[in-house]
Amino acid sequence: MMKWLSPRSALGIALITVALVALPFVAAMGGQAWVRILNFAILYAFLALGLNIVVGLAGLLDLGYIAFYAVGAYTWALLASPHFGLHWPIWAILPFGAALACIAGVVLGSPTLKLRGDYLAIVTLGFGEIVRIFMNNLNAPVNITNGAQGITLIDPVKFGDFSFSGTSQILGISLSGPQKYYYLLVALAILVIIVNVRLQNSRIGRAWQAIREDEIAAKAIGINTRNLKLLAFAMGASFGGIAGGIFSAMQGFVSPESFSLIESVMILAMVVLGGMGHIPGVILGAVLLTILPEVLRYAVGPVQTAIFGKVLVDPESLRMLIFGLALVLVMRFKPAGLWPSPERKRELAVKPQEVAP
Amino acid sequence: MSKAMGEVLLEANAVAKHFGGVKALRDVSLTIRRGEVYGLIGPNGAGKTTFFNCMTGLYVPDGGGFMFNGAPLIADAPHQAAERGIARTFQNIRLFGNMTALENVMVGRHVRTRAGVVGAMLHTPATRNEEAAIRQRAIDLLHYVRIEDRAEDLAKNLSYGDQRRLEIARALATEPSLLCLDEPAAGMNATETEALRELIEGIRRDGTTILLIEHDVKLVMGLCDRVAVLDYGALVIEDVPAVVQKDQRVIEAYLGA
Amino acid sequence: MDIFLQQIINGLVQGSIYALVALGYTMVYGIMGLINFAHGEVVMIGTLVTITVAGTLIKAGMPVALAALAGLTVSVLSCMALGWSLERIAYRPLRNAPRLTPLITAIGMSIVLQNLAMIVWGRNYMTFPPLLPKINFEFAGAHFTLIQVIIVLVSAATMAGLLYLIYRTKLGMAMRATSQNPAVASLMGVNINRVIAAAFVIGSALGAVAGVMVGTYYEIAHYQMGFMLGLKAFTAAVLGGIGNLAGAMLGGVLLGIIEALGAGYIGDLTGGFLGSHYQDIFAFIVLIVVLMFKPSGLFGEKTGDRA
Repeated sequence: MMKWLSPRSALGIALITVALVALPFVAAMGGQAWVRILNFAILYAFLALGLNIVVGLAGLLDLGYIAFYAVGAYTWALLASPHFGLHWPIWAILPFGAALACIAGVVLGSPTLKLRGDYLAIVTLGFGEIVRIFMNNLNAPVNITNGAQGITLIDPVKFGDFSFSGTSQILGISLSGPQKYYYLLVALAILVIIVNVRLQNSRIGRAWQAIREDEIAAKAIGINTRNLKLLAFAMGASFGGIAGGIFSAMQGFVSPESFSLIESVMILAMVVLGGMGHIPGVILGAVLLTILPEVLRYAVGPVQTAIFGKVLVDPESLRMLIFGLALVLVMRFKPAGLWPSPERKRELAVKPQEVAP
Repeated sequence: MSKAMGEVLLEANAVAKHFGGVKALRDVSLTIRRGEVYGLIGPNGAGKTTFFNCMTGLYVPDGGGFMFNGAPLIADAPHQAAERGIARTFQNIRLFGNMTALENVMVGRHVRTRAGVVGAMLHTPATRNEEAAIRQRAIDLLHYVRIEDRAEDLAKNLSYGDQRRLEIARALATEPSLLCLDEPAAGMNATETEALRELIEGIRRDGTTILLIEHDVKLVMGLCDRVAVLDYGALVIEDVPAVVQKDQRVIEAYLGA
Repeated sequence: MDIFLQQIINGLVQGSIYALVALGYTMVYGIMGLINFAHGEVVMIGTLVTITVAGTLIKAGMPVALAALAGLTVSVLSCMALGWSLERIAYRPLRNAPRLTPLITAIGMSIVLQNLAMIVWGRNYMTFPPLLPKINFEFAGAHFTLIQVIIVLVSAATMAGLLYLIYRTKLGMAMRATSQNPAVASLMGVNINRVIAAAFVIGSALGAVAGVMVGTYYEIAHYQMGFMLGLKAFTAAVLGGIGNLAGAMLGGVLLGIIEALGAGYIGDLTGGFLGSHYQDIFAFIVLIVVLMFKPSGLFGEKTGDRA
């Protein structure tokens, strides 16, 4: 862990740091929208890393992960907006949101403990939908979530008087709201990555992997699989909850639309397509799958005009079509993901031609 | 060597198990004494692995129970069996295929170590020390079973013989009082079986009690202090090898009447 | 009690549709262990193709019954071709890939199909041409229509046909063998590729029939209609025990009935706290409850691990 002081690593880290610091300014050249897209890429990286614990490490196919994001987001929205008139500070809400998401993780995970792999998937999917539908309908008789309209005017992140929304002057440089959020997110991302790496290479991380590989053998050597599975759900959920809180603050507005099944599925795709269980790969997957649809959104119209002289096909459908194709193609040619861990690459390379009839 | 050799470690009392109409175990009672190598043999389908699975908590017995170290074994809680000090290998080898050999043994240390999520995330000195100790012990165990040069290979890529040894190393990592081996010599040739015999002797010398299910009668008779024979789920005889080998019922069970 | 029979009838109809779709999921899962996320979209395409074919033919003056038949036939054939292509192009290359890879591919194909449909048929809701006369019946205070009767009968007939195929033909036996143990089945001379292709093709054909039924029953169609339907049908398949044909049929019908009863009574049950817009989650609640008591589904095999 502490080996990164070799000259080559130091140079690599320096370069990456420079790139990371400069990125929001480069992005802003295309407009603030691109900085926002960047921010979402990082948020999704959080989510993908959280899901990676559940799916990649522990092998629990969770298709309802977005529910924890929703819990975190609504917690912030309810505690820092005009809706209930509460305006808690960040250092209170984030841990509280994480804790609530954590509890949700345990509650939603408990019924799944005895289920085989794919049964687990459909139950977690069901939970995700249940949470969304409740968010959508808890506006009568008591208005908790404000239903489909969502909650608006949510407080941004504030450290004392310094607010992350709106433009500020720092050290003579003008930073827009999204740009400020970017740095906050990067800082959090670094923390999240460190925590993930440590978890993966720990006694708990190994136990999770053992459960994934062979639950019966894991029990036989003394692993309390029930508790560890719940722990995986809880940890994964906490990450989701934290990401949800920041999302709420950043966007200023939440509604049940942002927490649909397709979101859970997208995050899973990020984990698998990136390189399941492999932290750099998962981050890559998150960044690519967030940015690709946006790039397509901007490119699809002009490209068609350039080739055909006009826009033949509705850009919205075409871009999603290409996105779907991209998923299929990547999985076809890189089944272990774009950046799998060295062991997995070995595993897929060593496989002899098996029962190919 | 310091504990009282010869005292009862495991007691099975009238253990019964049936699957639908099939009576896999009929009131099997036996005792295993500390420090011995105890063999469990019988024709195919006699109930040996079923007995194993009941003992290690994978199956819940329909009758009777077990006492281990003087206290009853709770059924349906396999991880507790390991906590109490019973470790096992599997007839069909159940390793963690996509983890390295070293990681497989390291995860065997799980039940005797304590680092939790908080320690892992914060990387406390206590956690780091424990990690280092786990790693070292795992390397030592790989040496013990003679597969140290395969430490970084994925378990699923090891040869069959090495996989068997790895499984034993992993079981030993849990510091068991009773090590249960389910047909460890299956599929081995004479040389490999001899090497296995030496390993088991070594484990016994180092103080672990061993329960051995085996088909290789020669291995069992040469290695074990006492042998129990099961046939059709019932205990036929429990005695020293010399007596068991000559018992008429045993000969009939294996050869047919 | 007054609406009880009515809701049972409605549930039976909806459930028959779920059952047909659920069979597609369960056959593929039983043989390959794959959740074919794109199956719902195949059903949707079945509906939309029928709209185009039957609608065009009717406008061209063909008698409705003939146009309906033509629409159904073209729809079934297109979906069979679609199912076959899906397997051949997207899933077959991934037979030896890690378990989650084909799942992502399925999701990708689902997105592709939805958006293709949107491109071809547009975003708007479309009206399904009326293919059956609207005749009403009444029994013990409950109303039902000819369409409902036909749906239940056709579903039952189709399912009977499927059972015959699976239990009385060589192909069916090959399929059953493959779902138990593909390696050994292959060694016994079963052509695994053909069996898997058959599972997809048959499942898609059933899906097309279901699609036509959905269109006829609800009279509208939309490029996104496959999503929720597919989800619920898959839930039904799991409820019955995934991989088990009888389970899929029973699960589908059961789910339909429970949803209908729930929608009818939920207001009363919860004292007005929960309204019928919670209907969509009944499926999941039922599933979760069942799985808590029967972790492998109603008819699922207990994979008793012989350690």
